[in-house]
Amino acid sequence: MIEIRFHGRGGQGAASACKMFADACFRGGKSVQAFPMFGVERRGAPVQSFVRVSDDEIRARHNIENPDYVFVLSETLMNKVDCTAGIKPGGVMVVNTAKDVETLKQAHDLEGDYKVHAINATEIAVKHGLGSMATPIVNTAMLGVAARATGLASIDDLAAVIEESAPAKRAENAKASRDAFAALEL
Amino acid sequence: MKKVLTGNHSVSFGAMVARAEVVAAYPITPQTQIVERISELCADGEMDARFVKVESEHSAMAACIGASAAGSRAFTATSAQGLALMDEMLHWASHARLPIVMSNINRAMGPPWTIWTDQNDSISRRDTGWMQFYCSSNQEVLDTVIQSFKVAEQVKMPAMLILDAFVLSHTSEPVDVPDIELVDSYLPKYQAEFDMDPAHGHPAYGALTNEHWYYELQIKMQRAMDEALDLIVEEDKKFEKVFGRSYPVVEGYRTEDADYLIFTSGTVASTAKDAVDAAREQGIKVGNVKVRLLRPFPKPQIREIAKGRKRLGVIDRNISYGSEGVFFTEIKSCLYGEADRPEIHGFIAGLGGRDITVDSILEMIRQTAEQSPESDINWQGAKLA
Repeated sequence: MIEIRFHGRGGQGAASACKMFADACFRGGKSVQAFPMFGVERRGAPVQSFVRVSDDEIRARHNIENPDYVFVLSETLMNKVDCTAGIKPGGVMVVNTAKDVETLKQAHDLEGDYKVHAINATEIAVKHGLGSMATPIVNTAMLGVAARATGLASIDDLAAVIEESAPAKRAENAKASRDAFAALEL
Repeated sequence: MKKVLTGNHSVSFGAMVARAEVVAAYPITPQTQIVERISELCADGEMDARFVKVESEHSAMAACIGASAAGSRAFTATSAQGLALMDEMLHWASHARLPIVMSNINRAMGPPWTIWTDQNDSISRRDTGWMQFYCSSNQEVLDTVIQSFKVAEQVKMPAMLILDAFVLSHTSEPVDVPDIELVDSYLPKYQAEFDMDPAHGHPAYGALTNEHWYYELQIKMQRAMDEALDLIVEEDKKFEKVFGRSYPVVEGYRTEDADYLIFTSGTVASTAKDAVDAAREQGIKVGNVKVRLLRPFPKPQIREIAKGRKRLGVIDRNISYGSEGVFFTEIKSCLYGEADRPEIHGFIAGLGGRDITVDSILEMIRQTAEQSPESDINWQGAKLA
């Protein structure tokens, strides 16, 4: 079983991203479970959301403490919360940032038994008209990143889910996910 | 067709395919999504029901009572303080023998204010005359809406299907939403034996009843609940033939050769399967027993599965203050008359949404296997000694 954690801000769509990612994995034949951080959410406040993906039936119904993958929708979150908390040894973290990966690692002292990747999802989102540089909507771009990093969902399944369920600018959101999928260097 | 749905939306679609005709509900966290989706389905014409906006949960149940008494299939949903506010009307619904179905999201009672899960809201409504189904997956949630209408309408008693706040209500997973025509073949249109249409000659029910008759009416309610237990088993078999899914009232997992059993309900019954597998790997011969019903309580099935075991453990996500966990009481009580009674541990875990993990269940399994109970309450994962 693979466990995934998204870090976002309330209103950024981290919870709906997890549901869409689970849906895409499900379409590829996987068992899935997605859930938001349980509780009350304030716009702009740091939030988390989670996905479980497995080839077998998923019976565990409790929080995810040790994710295999962590996706951070905004580097600014890393000054507020420990986005590396509990990450599994050998796990993977991908951060939306304009920095290159070495600068990112130095800036946040990312030294541990996990791999770190950097992606400029903001630039991709804004290019497709999803928010502004100040308030970009990066959840669908980060979904493309998640599909690429985990290999759990095909980009076609993911784009199809986004086309069906994004609340607005569906085609643009799907394109952003495809561009981000292609842009992530592993 | 399978869709990835939250527990809440599984309730909404369940009400739609069960062709609820009147829905009266008031929103409360974490149930709000149920009501929002039903109102959208009604507004879009996808669901052919009258959606009644009300000013409180008490009014929601009152409106359902009116609709059901008039011969309609009535549905509502609530949680915690909302369920508590309904209390008077809950009794009214069952005493008036109205087959209303309600979904309750298990949320702990305030104060202190809380929105996270435990069972005390529904447990404390145990004696209102409502059937109570505790669900472990979103598929079971949707299917239980259908099943509970089928049973409720035959025995003329209301039914509550219950799911854990957030752990099911806000968790998305694949759910088969059956074709409405297939559901029609299992659940025919509700035909009330008595409705309040004066044209049918039926007067209202509820006039002053003195001691010469009230008592017997209570016996009839009890008999209806007894009948409901057999019917739930029977209807589940029919359901399986149509939909290929089954939900035993007492469901064993790896119990065949088990020396020890752990009794669970709700989502804990799902996580417990992973804990049982882990315990088996450590050589502990344990099985999990999911108890789906609190009312009617499945006494014969509990007695059957408990037979010949070395020791039992019961995990309660609730407490009856001044006594102990409620499933613990119920299970002990129904085993009292057995010739060979096993020792039973009473665990209380996960109050107010504290996480119940595979590891915490594994710890309770270990204690059940290794030691005799020392008290009626064994607090699990508590910060107080």
